[in-house]
Amino acid sequence: MAQPWEQTAAELAAAISRKELSARDAVEAHLARIDAVEPDVHAFVSLTPDLARATADAVDQKVAAGEPLGPLAGVPLALKDILCVDGVRTTAGSRILEDYHPPYDATVVQKLRAAGIPIVGKANMDEFAMGSSTENSAFGVTRNPWDLARVPGGSSGGSAAAVAAGMAPLAIGTDTGGSIRQPAALCGVVGVKPTYGRVSRYGVIAFASSLDQVGPFARTVEDAALLQQVISGHDPMDSTSIDGAVPDYGSALEGDVKGLRVGVVTDWIDGKGTEPGVRARVRDAIDAFADLGADLGKVSLPSFEYALSAYYLIAPAECSSNLARYDGVRYGMRAPDAADVVEMNTRTRSAGFGDEVKRRIMLGTYALSAGYYDAYYGKAQQVRTLVIRDFDEAYKRFDVLLSPTSPTTAFKIGERTDDPLAMYLSDVCTIPTNLAGAAAISIPCGLDDAGLPVGLQLMGPPLSEPLLFRLAAAYERARGPFEVPSMWGRSDD
Amino acid sequence: MALTRDQVAHVARLARLAFSDAELDRFTAQLAKILEHAEQVSALATEDVPPTAHPLPLKNVFREDEIGECLPLEKALSTAPEAEDDRFRVPRIVEEPE
Repeated sequence: MAQPWEQTAAELAAAISRKELSARDAVEAHLARIDAVEPDVHAFVSLTPDLARATADAVDQKVAAGEPLGPLAGVPLALKDILCVDGVRTTAGSRILEDYHPPYDATVVQKLRAAGIPIVGKANMDEFAMGSSTENSAFGVTRNPWDLARVPGGSSGGSAAAVAAGMAPLAIGTDTGGSIRQPAALCGVVGVKPTYGRVSRYGVIAFASSLDQVGPFARTVEDAALLQQVISGHDPMDSTSIDGAVPDYGSALEGDVKGLRVGVVTDWIDGKGTEPGVRARVRDAIDAFADLGADLGKVSLPSFEYALSAYYLIAPAECSSNLARYDGVRYGMRAPDAADVVEMNTRTRSAGFGDEVKRRIMLGTYALSAGYYDAYYGKAQQVRTLVIRDFDEAYKRFDVLLSPTSPTTAFKIGERTDDPLAMYLSDVCTIPTNLAGAAAISIPCGLDDAGLPVGLQLMGPPLSEPLLFRLAAAYERARGPFEVPSMWGRSDD
Repeated sequence: MALTRDQVAHVARLARLAFSDAELDRFTAQLAKILEHAEQVSALATEDVPPTAHPLPLKNVFREDEIGECLPLEKALSTAPEAEDDRFRVPRIVEEPE
């Protein structure tokens, strides 16, 4: 019998509802697992064992009273430290919020509480979600459970590493340019970037508001779909949330993929930046889809070559505006002994923000400043239109598009920190989906020769989540159970 | 458009950031490299392309103007670095008259 921390969320939830395992014991098993491996991985900024135990005990009382449970009740979860939890330290990976205890819950957190999902900790991340390696956290780097000398990806690297290391079967991240999918790929887990507006952003510390979206991590497609169900839905507190019914994602998992048209983004598979190991595993996955009866074809998206450049103008522009709120007045740290308010603002921000956040604020301020607006921000917004048009054209011929999630597997800690542009290139395959406000999923599709996981990305139009879950689940069944990092040391051997 | 050190210093003032001389050199070099890559967007012919500011066809979202719950004053001030008399306290903003 597998240990509770080795089980999927669906297995744990079933055991809890059948009274074979208490929610409290499920939480304790994961807290013990965290004690064992967190010193090596450092997936968390803060642990919240009391919060997790209180939620679990409430679930167990419901079980004892015979009350109905939500589908993931009692299943432990790692929450990216960018979502506000009332009274619980929430840092966004930044020194400037080191002691910030929000006075309210994010809507996603309210939904997790209502579903009886225990939050075991606040997961580490690149500062304000800006980065692709979690090295930009003010609270230390997270290590990849597959190879502790390597990064977990980012910005939601703590969430991905927690799931890969068995510290929680579920995690929440945010994806502004690939920050769920890229770490999911590098850590060998499933990650979903939902359609913009599908999940409320209320209480999510803002980076780039027209791109940010909350989504799930899990080790199986089913678990990811179940968590997506819990967090989705309209929220009057987020004027950009989609007002419409949420489909039943669980029932989408059963269908086959015969005759579905899959467009293969060959530029990203054959591109010179793509590692041979990534290319080989993605080609294996293409063969698997052919065997499943999918109708495969090549797709070309000419504007995508410019998507990265456009993103690194649009996202910093929005960030420079959003991060103006960190002025040392209402929350966060304040530098002491300033003579006037401008000096206080300047010293607070200079001491509180890390280098990458400063770079992006500078880029955005420059791109929006008089004389440069049209050449940079205005042009980038036009490229955004072209990216959306290319997607629209592609979806006339195909139901979904297939590509690598990241052109490389996990890179070494420190390898890209001196070259911001090289770091940005990690996001080349994930960014177009954010620019279009569309949906995508990353699913592990094998290991390269070094034993590092490779991620397969499936992209679809806005609100195509059921279709993406269906394809990913069918592929997952064909692929079979995915490998686990050696740090699992299988207990059932 | 080559980025100069003076421009970086100017933008830093706008963004309320202070840099040492060494930081200013480093940021100028890094930002210039990133902007050089970003300038690829100017190679595209986009005269007739409308800009996209947002992926959703956003319209104003209205609701009834009803009084709802709001944060208690005490809770809202609990996160402030300094508070006094139910207000956020800041260093002097206006010069005292001579």
